[in-house]
Amino acid sequence: MGNAVRHLLSIEGLTKQHLLRLVNNGREFVEVLQRDLKKVPTLRGKTVINLFLEPSTRTRTSFEIAAKRLSADAVNVSEGGSSIVKGETLLDTALTLQAMAPDILVVRHKESGAAHFLARHLRTTAVVNAGDGMHEHPTQALLDLLTLQQHFAAHNRSLEGLRIAIVGDIRHSRVARSNMWAHALLGNEVRLVGPRTLLPEYFASLPGLRGNISLFHSLQEGIRDVDVVMCLRLQLERQSEFFIPSLEEYSREFGVTRTLLDACAPKAVVLHPGPANRGIEVSSEVLDSPRALMQQQVTFGVAIRMAVLLDAALGGEVEESHQIAGGHAA
Amino acid sequence: MTVVRNGRVVDPSQGLDGERDILVRDGKVAAIDRPGSFASLRDEETIDATGMLVTPGFIDLHVHLREPGFEWKETVATGSDAAALGGFTTICCMANTNPVNDCAEITRCIIDHARAHGRAHVLPIGSISKKLEGKEMSPLSELARAGCVAFSDDGEPVKDAGLMRRALEWASMLGLTLSCHEEDKSLSCGGCMNESALSTKLGLKGMPKVAEEVMIARDIELARTTGARVHICHVSSGRGVELIRRAKNDGIQISAEVTPHHLMLTEDAVTEYDTNAKMSPPLREAFEVEALRRGLADGTIDAVASDHAPHELDSKRVEFSRATFGIIGLQTSLPILLELERTGVLSLSRAIESITSGPAKVFGLQAGSLRIGQCADLVVLDMGKQWQFSREHCCSKSFNTPFADRLLQGKASSVLLAGKTIVREERFVNGEA
Repeated sequence: MGNAVRHLLSIEGLTKQHLLRLVNNGREFVEVLQRDLKKVPTLRGKTVINLFLEPSTRTRTSFEIAAKRLSADAVNVSEGGSSIVKGETLLDTALTLQAMAPDILVVRHKESGAAHFLARHLRTTAVVNAGDGMHEHPTQALLDLLTLQQHFAAHNRSLEGLRIAIVGDIRHSRVARSNMWAHALLGNEVRLVGPRTLLPEYFASLPGLRGNISLFHSLQEGIRDVDVVMCLRLQLERQSEFFIPSLEEYSREFGVTRTLLDACAPKAVVLHPGPANRGIEVSSEVLDSPRALMQQQVTFGVAIRMAVLLDAALGGEVEESHQIAGGHAA
Repeated sequence: MTVVRNGRVVDPSQGLDGERDILVRDGKVAAIDRPGSFASLRDEETIDATGMLVTPGFIDLHVHLREPGFEWKETVATGSDAAALGGFTTICCMANTNPVNDCAEITRCIIDHARAHGRAHVLPIGSISKKLEGKEMSPLSELARAGCVAFSDDGEPVKDAGLMRRALEWASMLGLTLSCHEEDKSLSCGGCMNESALSTKLGLKGMPKVAEEVMIARDIELARTTGARVHICHVSSGRGVELIRRAKNDGIQISAEVTPHHLMLTEDAVTEYDTNAKMSPPLREAFEVEALRRGLADGTIDAVASDHAPHELDSKRVEFSRATFGIIGLQTSLPILLELERTGVLSLSRAIESITSGPAKVFGLQAGSLRIGQCADLVVLDMGKQWQFSREHCCSKSFNTPFADRLLQGKASSVLLAGKTIVREERFVNGEA
């Protein structure tokens, strides 16, 4: 291969073309995941290390399965099992792993900028950001796009022209940030909905987003006529920092319920990146209804991560994955 | 006996700007006169300052020398070397050492080390509270007698307004200033850059300007009610400047400093999570930089101080939020100020004043002037010298600077410390570097 190291650090900064290529490549892999033998030889001989320094079930598992279905060797490193607990710095840990010549390092870290930091120092390993602090979670936005693309295709609509409300703790959400940039690239209308304490006005003035974004402090108004309601997990550990008076107050004002959804566009859908606090940011009635696409999000997450790993491993060499996805099952 | 010949002497303390020769005798400025006036002298040392600028040695009200306790970051000796090559002959070092400079022994230890090394007048700043804990007042009189020239809990702002009030009252008996790092940590809590659209985009916790401004407002009122002298460290916002401007108009004894980096850089320097752009207070937006420049130009801000804060590479080569705060500045202050002069932000005399007589007045120091009889601290500047600040140039033990790779112009060519030539042609006399 041509040794083209291509990191995926953020949605911000991607071209629309690159974004759509990742989503479309993900769609090709959905077909692979529906086969009896869900494995292709595309990345045989490649090594993916999942360096997860923050608790995670779905993202880590999703990356691991994605790597394995591409026939790559996947290795998982978690904080408790790493030398970080012995006081090793993040950089030394990453350099140590790089010395074992992996092709891709998938990084989850609780500090914003951690993936950028490693990308700046690693020379031969592509870094894929699996969530850094409050900054970005690019593969989540991509899998959300794939989920919406698959859903709305059935109604003869495309990803472009959607109106989306992102609801809840925007301030601390990397999912919200990645999705904002993604939908702005597509020219979609993005509404951010939440209490002032969790939705700082700075979001209205992000360079490159003005014109696509509007802020709402009323849930009823914010979700009126939207096609997509994206709920965010309320980070319960934030309560001590005065962001909300109480869970009850938050839930009364900003919890998404079935009756509220009547104000949305017909056939509007609900997304949630998980894990959900049922009864707080969203009611069980909504989550358990066919409008909620949580399970599809998880399923398509594997396909998207296959597309992302392919992109990172092969750099600019692969533009479309269908030849590869259509290859012989291993 | 030394004669500095043919230089353009700029000394704002006496409104002087013209070609002069300066005669230095017994460590003091003995005479200043037209070029050639001292031609008949014999056996004197001559410094040819033709085409150069001659000014009083610079004063930095705010440096961290890290000794005792953090000698791997900096020492009194290495910090003095950085000062000398940067044109600074007087530096005031903050109390956040380990142990804290809250007793005469530490103060004397710093002064002794500085004298033994002999490359700068090092004037210690004592802590306001014991161990910087904000609970008990340090023995301010003892510290003053030992040689402290001001008091500060820099880095750990005094939260308790009652303690602050009493410390101001005590310091006013000594005629000394309290130098205040203004930050309400309950507002900036956990922040690591300016709170803004950029911090929102980067997902970094912000330090809002109001965290600084509420404390400036509080200390202005405490200065008013006590009649004591408050100095505001490294002001970073236009609103902060405005509060100071009004207080001065009200006749309150208040002064302020600004750093070269807050005058030259914006928060955009953080964009790639560059930890050499992480400091407290943080870099702000361009419009705040403009307001700070105006405040310095119109005299609302009295002094430029570097907040020279050495940190080893390991403490900076980590995740942004975990990196240490602060950058070094002693060797880059002058070229940054001269860049402001070249771009029309400051007049030459205002630029020089802000690092000579301006800061001298703030702490009431007998320095920053070439008046006859003054201690002969002076610097000869090569205004046209273009250079880049690299590790090899850097005298500090640490090289945490956002100004590496920037094309700088202007450098100290010669430095006289109490009449003794310690730097000649940008190099130490009798020494390396």
